[in-house]
Amino acid sequence: MNIAIASGKGGTGKTTVALSLATYAAKAGSKVAIIDCDVEEPNVNLFLGATIIKTEISSVLIPSVDEGKCTGCGECEKICAFSAIVLIKSQPLVVPDMCHSCGGCFHVCPEGAITEVGKQIGVIESGRASGIDYAGGRLNIGEHMAPPLIREVKKKHNGHEVRIIDSPPGTSCPVVESVRGVDFLVLVTEPTPFGLNDLRLAVEMARALAVPFCVVINRAGIGNNDVEAYCMEQGIKIPARIPNVRRIAEEYSRGDCVSYIMENYPGELDGIMSCINENKRSVMI
Amino acid sequence: MIKELVIISGKGGTGKTSVAASFAFLAGKRAVADCDVDAADLHLVIESEPIDAGDFEGGKKAVINTDMCDRCGVCIRYCRFDAIDDLCAIDPLACEGCGVCAHFCPRGAITMKNNISGRWFLASTPQGPFVHAKLGIAEGNSGKLVTVIKRIAREGALGKKISLVVVDGSPGTGCPVIASVSGASFVLIVTEPTISGFHDLKRVHELSRHFRVKAGVCINKCDINDEMSNQIMGYCRSNDVLLFPGIPYDTDVIQAQIAGKSVVEYSNGDAAIAICSIWDEVKKVIN
Repeated sequence: MNIAIASGKGGTGKTTVALSLATYAAKAGSKVAIIDCDVEEPNVNLFLGATIIKTEISSVLIPSVDEGKCTGCGECEKICAFSAIVLIKSQPLVVPDMCHSCGGCFHVCPEGAITEVGKQIGVIESGRASGIDYAGGRLNIGEHMAPPLIREVKKKHNGHEVRIIDSPPGTSCPVVESVRGVDFLVLVTEPTPFGLNDLRLAVEMARALAVPFCVVINRAGIGNNDVEAYCMEQGIKIPARIPNVRRIAEEYSRGDCVSYIMENYPGELDGIMSCINENKRSVMI
Repeated sequence: MIKELVIISGKGGTGKTSVAASFAFLAGKRAVADCDVDAADLHLVIESEPIDAGDFEGGKKAVINTDMCDRCGVCIRYCRFDAIDDLCAIDPLACEGCGVCAHFCPRGAITMKNNISGRWFLASTPQGPFVHAKLGIAEGNSGKLVTVIKRIAREGALGKKISLVVVDGSPGTGCPVIASVSGASFVLIVTEPTISGFHDLKRVHELSRHFRVKAGVCINKCDINDEMSNQIMGYCRSNDVLLFPGIPYDTDVIQAQIAGKSVVEYSNGDAAIAICSIWDEVKKVIN
């Protein structure tokens, strides 16, 4: 079973909820993995504290031109939808940052002058702590595109009974890549105008992807009642509300919030897990 | 010359938008660009009158003519994005728009259609133009949309002889953030004293260095963990990062949001006072 945690707005408590659910499922005896798909700012292991036992390089393919074979016909430039290969004085120049690794130039070159070579975009780290297997991506600084790395990291620990996927904030391609194909999506929000605005976008995304989902309200009591009203109007389940307690914020700041939540809010985690089990999609990715 | 002040954070939810909205209020004549295009919130706390709007064509999507398709499967073999299923149906959410399937389809059954992946909005405020956008759900190309918004904001500023654009960025370090940071005069990183806030701050600071943009840091909710705040300040001092005053935890920040106003406009409390003093210092740095 794959459960993604996303939010729309950043900083609402995705990683806290993801780790709490993983710990909860591990305590219940399941074989659990947590996958950090927020490859631009991976935070899961700051809290989990797993010793990294394996670091793999993650690469994408980019073209490399054999100048000896190239006749300057320009077919590569013509097929490239991303201006990642351009002809300058009849010589193709590759712009690696623009390349989407579609392979078009490689396939179309009539002279076989293009080969594809790996370009590192980040790493995937794996480890284990507290009965939870961990895998997380870390995108290189200056690298534009997160989705290829997310695709790779999402393949890790694929045989596990429960995989918790911590997604990046937002609703665009990195989030879609993280959430696509999961069995259930937990949207974490806070009851503020920003939280609500971004939750609406996240709900639209969940519906576009046809993934069953619920909403967890974090910092309940901090703002107003509009998130509750919106969820009721939309028929969206809220199986858990984690109150706005300064202690949680302080524990979080040190990286200790998960055990605090496990101890003090077990009922909320029960609620989320039952909601997942009752509403999840039965098909596996 | 137009100055671009970009507010980013790495980690989400540290208070970028609250700071950006306050700066927009304090700055006098300025243009504002909300570059957090997949979760734009600035319009909730800046009152404005719509002037213009337009579609954003972020790229193309493959469309298959099922009458011409004989399901030979060539497209499936060429697609690197798992966007075509066994029955040769295209998943527009997975399609990258590369056009390789269309090029190699032996029946010519695939065409590449322009895809409207978002909308931009130009609005006016008494202090100058305000540009924001809405990226379509599950769309990509957010970096390109950020570039479009920044261009419209700059043009708006030029037209009104305004010399400052305040840019609210998005979380992370990927394409929209890179597009926000590129061409910036100064980057203000809003962080919080948590292990994740600090970790993510280091990554965006490295990003600003990578693109050779000068950066400064302000710590929001600085009183939530003094020890972590001290660690962050130590990092800033030893890495030549400008350090601005911290913003104490203050419930008025959320109350201002609920009132639809910026913190400094709504409140005279601790957070508002701190943001005003940050602005006084930022102003000196960018001028």
